[in-house]
Amino acid sequence: MLHLKNINTHYGPIHILRNVNIEIYPGEIVCLLGGNASGKTTTLRTILGMVRPSAGEIYLDGERVDGLPTTEVVKRGISMVPENRRLFKRMTVLENLEMGAFLRHDHEGIQEDLERIFELFPRVKERLHQKAGTLSGGEQQMVAIGRALMARPKVLLMDEPSMGLAPVLVEQTFEIIQQINQQGTTIFVVEQNANMALSIAHRGYVLQTGRIVLADTAQNLLHNEMMRQAYLGEM
Amino acid sequence: MAKIAPVPEEAVLEDVRLKAPEVSLEQAAKLGGVAGIVAVFVSANGMVQAFAERDIISGILSMGYALLFLVPLIIAYLAAREPPVLEGFEAPQKGPRNVVAGLIVGAITGLFLVLFVLLASAVNLRRVFINISPQLLDLLTFGQGSGGLVLLAAGSLLMGAAGGLTQLLEAKWRRALWGAVAWTLLIGLLEVIVAQLFRGLGLNVLAPFFYAGTGGLTPVGAAIVFVIAFLYYWAVVPKVNQWQHAYAQMPAERQRSVRLSAVVAAVIVVAVTPQVLGPFVSEVLDLVGIFLLMGLGLNIVVGFAGLLDLGYVAFFAVGAYTTAILTSPASPRWSPEMSFWAALPFVILAAALAGIIVGTPVLRMRGDYLAIVTLGFGEIARLLLLSDWLRPVFGGAQGILKIPNLSIGPIVFRTPVDMFYPIVGFCLLAAYVSWKLKNSRIGRAWMAMREDEQVAEAMGVDIVEIKLKAFIVGAVIASFGGALFAVKIGSVFPHSFSLLVSITVLVLVIVGGLGSIPGVVVGTLALVGLPELLREFQEYRLLAYGVLLILMMLYRPEGLLPTKQWVRELHEEELMQDAWLKMEEDRRRAQAQAQTSQGDLPPAQPEEA
Repeated sequence: MLHLKNINTHYGPIHILRNVNIEIYPGEIVCLLGGNASGKTTTLRTILGMVRPSAGEIYLDGERVDGLPTTEVVKRGISMVPENRRLFKRMTVLENLEMGAFLRHDHEGIQEDLERIFELFPRVKERLHQKAGTLSGGEQQMVAIGRALMARPKVLLMDEPSMGLAPVLVEQTFEIIQQINQQGTTIFVVEQNANMALSIAHRGYVLQTGRIVLADTAQNLLHNEMMRQAYLGEM
Repeated sequence: MAKIAPVPEEAVLEDVRLKAPEVSLEQAAKLGGVAGIVAVFVSANGMVQAFAERDIISGILSMGYALLFLVPLIIAYLAAREPPVLEGFEAPQKGPRNVVAGLIVGAITGLFLVLFVLLASAVNLRRVFINISPQLLDLLTFGQGSGGLVLLAAGSLLMGAAGGLTQLLEAKWRRALWGAVAWTLLIGLLEVIVAQLFRGLGLNVLAPFFYAGTGGLTPVGAAIVFVIAFLYYWAVVPKVNQWQHAYAQMPAERQRSVRLSAVVAAVIVVAVTPQVLGPFVSEVLDLVGIFLLMGLGLNIVVGFAGLLDLGYVAFFAVGAYTTAILTSPASPRWSPEMSFWAALPFVILAAALAGIIVGTPVLRMRGDYLAIVTLGFGEIARLLLLSDWLRPVFGGAQGILKIPNLSIGPIVFRTPVDMFYPIVGFCLLAAYVSWKLKNSRIGRAWMAMREDEQVAEAMGVDIVEIKLKAFIVGAVIASFGGALFAVKIGSVFPHSFSLLVSITVLVLVIVGGLGSIPGVVVGTLALVGLPELLREFQEYRLLAYGVLLILMMLYRPEGLLPTKQWVRELHEEELMQDAWLKMEEDRRRAQAQAQTSQGDLPPAQPEEA
């Protein structure tokens, strides 16, 4: 469904991503693991067209999307939950959700999706006219996910959903990710918390200083010797 | 079994209600110091003396004394105010402590002033502080020499006490009293407008009754104004809420007719205003209108889209010079001599182009960088107009003269009174466009960009497009201001388009309340209208702007008439704190209750096992 082929990305003279190949099939949860500064966020930014790859191709449903402006990429069905949630703090929860559907014009569809999000997160409905900045971390996470879902994406990108959340909330978040996936959205999640991510993902990739060093099913990765030492915190 | 924790006694439950802090006398002493410094400052920089020329109440109170003594009065009032009482706390009793706080402020201010006078009469400070003149010292001692020092200290003390005493009044009385004082001062200062109003309304007989003719109200007039204003605040203002409620209760049809009559009334007032107020006040109102246009435009750029533009005057200049070149026979030979209306589309085009020229290079910039680059553009625009190189086009320092008057068919708008109408028309247009844009899709996108540019982009907002649109809309509105300015004055010179214009517009938008349309109107009236009417004020205008900006940022960052969103944002912390304290208290209460209701059952102890 989403296919990154030999992607190379530069920030100025700095070579960030080197020949990254990632393939995501419909209905999957795929995770991209890696430490700080390994290029995880850059991968997402490249997919969304916020940075142009210097070489390589990106396909969505067989159509090339690299080189397209972000607006166009979002229109074709990719949306993102940004790192640290980053809601529009001075706008209300409803306005935040509506911004997620910024490029859509199907009024009824938007209403439908709003209802669906309220079903998923009943708490969000209670806070609809409250300013997003006043919500707790967990609630902000819900709104951020809801906002991304409002674009009705084919592929949902998530940038470190566990960051800055209490362990209970992290678990809840990952349950929700699974739930969204079961409702038919393909998910590509970038994480440092490898244990958590692998527990829900079907497959995973490991990124190290801009290179994919491992790619396997989640089960295999959980038992991979190198993974266990480097990321899963076992000696 | 472990030792059972003692069951809390009844008294603990009673005492759960916390007491809010009382008025702090220490704080009052600090504020007194501030008041003293401010009072000495306004004396030493010449404001008191300059303002003493004008009477507010003839023979009794000059603007200089009013300024001097308002300092201890207002600061004593603030010092005597209790700190905000959080929900769930008990407000302290009002009492002598409030008055003492006021007295402390008055005493310290008096002390500072007396020391200042003593120092100034002992040492010649004039070499550095040229405004500390013998006349000033005379003024401060009421012409009584050293005996006046006692008067000065006593006056200051009295003002402090008065400020403290008003805190003891009920809110309703307090508001009425302060409102009446403010209106009396204002009516006293605005003799030009009010006396002209009497003349315009054919009530000429009233003027000598209220105004002494030498400036300022007569004592009787002042008393009447005071009483009327007092009654207004006491009896009418509390009813406004009821009226609003009544309006909301009306059936839709009646609401519509009420709205319609309000609009008709507003139209009539606007239509007769310049006629009644005469050419001088109309001139001021025209200027206010032109600044209002620019304010509305900048409000879109800064308030809605969050792009801090410090070179906004460039667009104003584009509007003025395009109009001048296209309409004036004195402009270069190759340019046509069109009418204002025929030139207008070209003005819009030129402004949009200017918006793109300024907007394109700063597309990837934010915040401070954007501000600095736009500042540069503003100066570039002025220097180009001034340059010898472009003298054949813009006329250099001599500018372009002989810009014909604005006309619609046979109607020619010659005088300031005439010009008022087209200016109001353009202002209404700009306000309507602002309002429409604010509630539109693009308004939403601007707000989202202001909040978080990258995330807005990730939502599919085309940042390049909406940034340019913000610059273009802002530029076009400012260019209308420029075009009207050009036809009103009849000539354009580069020096009319200095940095100061950009700053004034920015200040009035911030003071009014970023993003708020009524706020811009109030900001313009207060910051452009008032100084025009109070000539003495002109020299201290920038000082006042600076002080005002600092005070606004510290105490009312949302502006005078803010949008609801801003208030929420800025007073958030207080609310959160409030909620947190309340939660904490509820928890304590529940705990205490649970413990007493359990009676002698031991509360669960974690270490027990």
